[in-house]
Order: sequence, then C-alpha cells, then structure tokens
Amino acid sequence: MAVNRLRPVLSADEWTITIVDPGQTHYYQPGFLFIPFGTYRPDEVVKPTARYIPRGVELLTARVDHVDAETDRVVLDDGRALAYDQLVIATGTSPRPEATPGMAEAMGGDVHEFYTLAGATRLADKLRGWTGGRLVVHVCEMPIKCPVAPLEFAFLAEAFFTDKGMRDRVEIVYVTPLEGAFTKPVSSRYLAGMLADRGIALEADFMIESVDATARKIISFDEREIGYDLLVTVPVNMGADYVARSGLGDDLNYVPVDPATLLAVGHDNIFAVGDASNIPASKAGSVAHFSMDHFTHNFVRHVQGLDMDDPFDGHANCFIETGHGKGMLIDFNYETQPLRGKYPVPGVGPFSLLKESSLNHWGKVMFGWVYWNVLLPGRKVPLPSRMSMAGKQQES
Amino acid sequence: MGVTTMHGRQIHVDSEGFLTEYDEWDEDLAKVLAQNIGIELTDEHMAVIRFLRRDFRTQGETATTRRVQTAGGVSTKEQFVLFPKKPAKKMAYIAGLPKPHGCV
Repeated sequence: MAVNRLRPVLSADEWTITIVDPGQTHYYQPGFLFIPFGTYRPDEVVKPTARYIPRGVELLTARVDHVDAETDRVVLDDGRALAYDQLVIATGTSPRPEATPGMAEAMGGDVHEFYTLAGATRLADKLRGWTGGRLVVHVCEMPIKCPVAPLEFAFLAEAFFTDKGMRDRVEIVYVTPLEGAFTKPVSSRYLAGMLADRGIALEADFMIESVDATARKIISFDEREIGYDLLVTVPVNMGADYVARSGLGDDLNYVPVDPATLLAVGHDNIFAVGDASNIPASKAGSVAHFSMDHFTHNFVRHVQGLDMDDPFDGHANCFIETGHGKGMLIDFNYETQPLRGKYPVPGVGPFSLLKESSLNHWGKVMFGWVYWNVLLPGRKVPLPSRMSMAGKQQES
Repeated sequence: MGVTTMHGRQIHVDSEGFLTEYDEWDEDLAKVLAQNIGIELTDEHMAVIRFLRRDFRTQGETATTRRVQTAGGVSTKEQFVLFPKKPAKKMAYIAGLPKPHGCV
C-alpha cells in the first residue's frame, strides 16, 4: 500500500524504491477468521505479492538481519547491505506462542490459534470433527492484531455450533486480560451484553502465566485456573525480531513513533507504518489504510525539508462479525471511543455503528474484494480518512 | 478531569482518579493513594513505583507489566503479589501516572 501510494508521487529520476520481503505471498489476513468455520478456503486468502507491486519498484525476496541506523543501511541475512535515504518499516506484528510457557509445544492438539494460515487451517480440521465440550477463546496479552477478532471468533463459534445442532454440547468461555469484553467503556458494555445474550461466559482480568496441556488448563499470574477441552488462543503478538536486533523497538519490538507523523522517535529518516509502530491505535488494516493518506502527504513534504503538516488522528473502522449472518461496525480514533450511530453518512448509514445488522455483515463480506482491488493497489476509497463525530451519539 | 483534595492539598485527577499532573505527586502522596486501594507500601512496592516514575520521564508513557519485568527487573508474578489482581492499573495509580494504554 505504501509503495503504491508513494511511487506515483516520487520522481523516478530522484527516487528508487526497493521492498524487502522474506516471502512471495501476500495474505488476506482478515480472511483467516473464517477459515476454521469453512466459510473461506485457504486458497482464497493468498495471492502472489509481485502482482501488487507497481512498475518502478524493485521487489527483493530476502530476510533482514538488522538495520544500521547509524550508517543508513539495511543489512540482509546473506550479508548484503542496502543503503537508504529513507526507510519505511512495515513488517507488522506476528503471534508468538513460544512467549507463554507450555503453549508452543501444545499447539495443534487441544490448543489452537487462527492468526496464521497454517493455524487457521488446522483449526478447521479440528472443529470439523469436534464432538463438543468446553471451548475457551482466549487472548494472552494486549495489544494484538485486529483486537476484535477473538470476539468475532467466539460469536462465529456460537453460530457454527448452533447451525450444527450441537450448541447444547458446547460451553463457550471468553477469557481476556482486559477488564471487560473490549477496551473502551461503551463498546465493552455492548459487546459484553452480546456475549451474555449468546450464553458465552466472560472471564476478565486474566493474565496468563502458562498452559498446562496435560491437565488441559490455563493458569494466570494470580493463580486462577481455567480448564478447557479446546483452547483457541491469540498468542502474544510482537513486532519483527530484526527491529529488536536493530535497537529500534520497544519491549514488544514495536517502533516508537510520533503518532501524528509515524516518524520514528530519535530518527529523521525512519518511518514505521501499519502494525509495526507503537501508536496507541488498533493494530488493524483500517488504521494502516487511513494513515496512508496522511503518511504519503507528510513523507513527500519531509523529503523536501518541509514540515509534516497533515497529522494522523488514529482513525480505525472495524467490521465485527457477530454470527447468524449479522455484523456490526465500530468507528473511532486516538481520542474518541467507539459510539453508536450511522456510517459513513450521518443519520443515514447505510451501516449502523456498534449495532448488529445484516448489512454490516455484507459490508464485511464485500470487503474482501475491496481489499484486493482497491486498498492494496493504493486506489483512493471515497471515505474520509479523518474520523468524524457527525452521526455519532454521545454516551460514556 | 477534576480536582480533588488529598493529603491536605489540591490534586488534579481524571474520571477514574488517576493523577493528571506528573509534578503533583510525591512519595507521601503515594502512601495515601496506596491506602485508597488497600495497599500498605513496603520498600519492595516503592522500588517498583520509583522505577515507574523514572521510566515515565524518559519514555513519556506508563510502563506496562511487561516493561516493569524487562526494564525494571521485577517479574510479572511478583507484580501480582505486590499489587494483587490488577497490577498495571494499581501501579500507575499509586505512581501518579496515567493508566497504561488500553491498546484498542
């Protein structure tokens, strides 16, 4: 997305652009959520990265060992070094089951995750044959990529087992380190109500210390224990390891940046975009997308020695699948929590904020097409990148 | 945002009672804040609180439990013993710092 936006606005005479990517496949990650339930097939969420790289950009398949910010070089693991004038870090975040004792070795048995294609595919096999018991849907530690995904998983699981006629044989428990179902008060309240309506138990303030796969239980730091027959967990999420090796990351390998400009703190020629930075916003595709409008403008000014005068507001906009063909939508930013209302046209919608509707569900379904055909190629979406209070109802 | 009186002086706090002015805090006030949430401060508690204060000054944000472990050298387990149930929130409250990011 960044190169698709930057290439047309940076003169080919003055700027070369190189992407370093260890893989050659681009994943439609929002689709992973649907694979365990058989809604998407694994082959529907992958495409070759090269297809989405514009002319005039070199795609290098290689692994980064570290960035030497002193000498402005990216050192690859085969020893080659790439000099840069400007560096954009866009290496996201990834699940780390090995960060929780007992978790990595238990993966694939009664412990599963759906944040990787392999994990989501394994979980689909497991769910197909599962005869019921206690399903624990669990989040290890915040922040995570797509923070609504585990809630969606719980909602979709409830609908999945209902449709299979086995809901009465499945107990569902949602376990989170947060104080409630979600982070901010208003949405947390609505979402907690929706869990309760579906007979899903909520266990909050649970900070996991370890997994005991033999006894099939998770144990928290304050010594609470929750038993499971099937554990679907979201492991600790961390930024790329080379970020840590380069001394550019915080405790979770995220690059500290100015939240308005995404310029790395203490550096004048390193930016971090998408999930790779430490901005206090959702690690969500919509945030990456909305930030791009501002980033492109600011980047071009920055390299001309001008002030970056278009601050990003942390705008996020997330569809939440709630099962049974319905969904809801939340819209928020650094300052404003998700509220009820209509989006994008105030009073009209057609999408309802923080409220279930069938149309919201179809919005999410159609998003797959929008992602590959509009967002990734860097085409403009006819939606304002800055959040608007119009059409929102105040409550606290 | 509001103003409350604690330890004989006016203190600026947010809607949940977290201090909003870094410089209005001192160690005497920490004792009062701790008592408000049922904690009797020991040297072990104060070592963590002092780390949080120092770290905030350099980092500009309240340390998470993970950071108190990696940079402050106090394990998460120990933090749960010192500040039961909700260490991140309780440590920030006593240290007179903003609640750590909810991380939406």
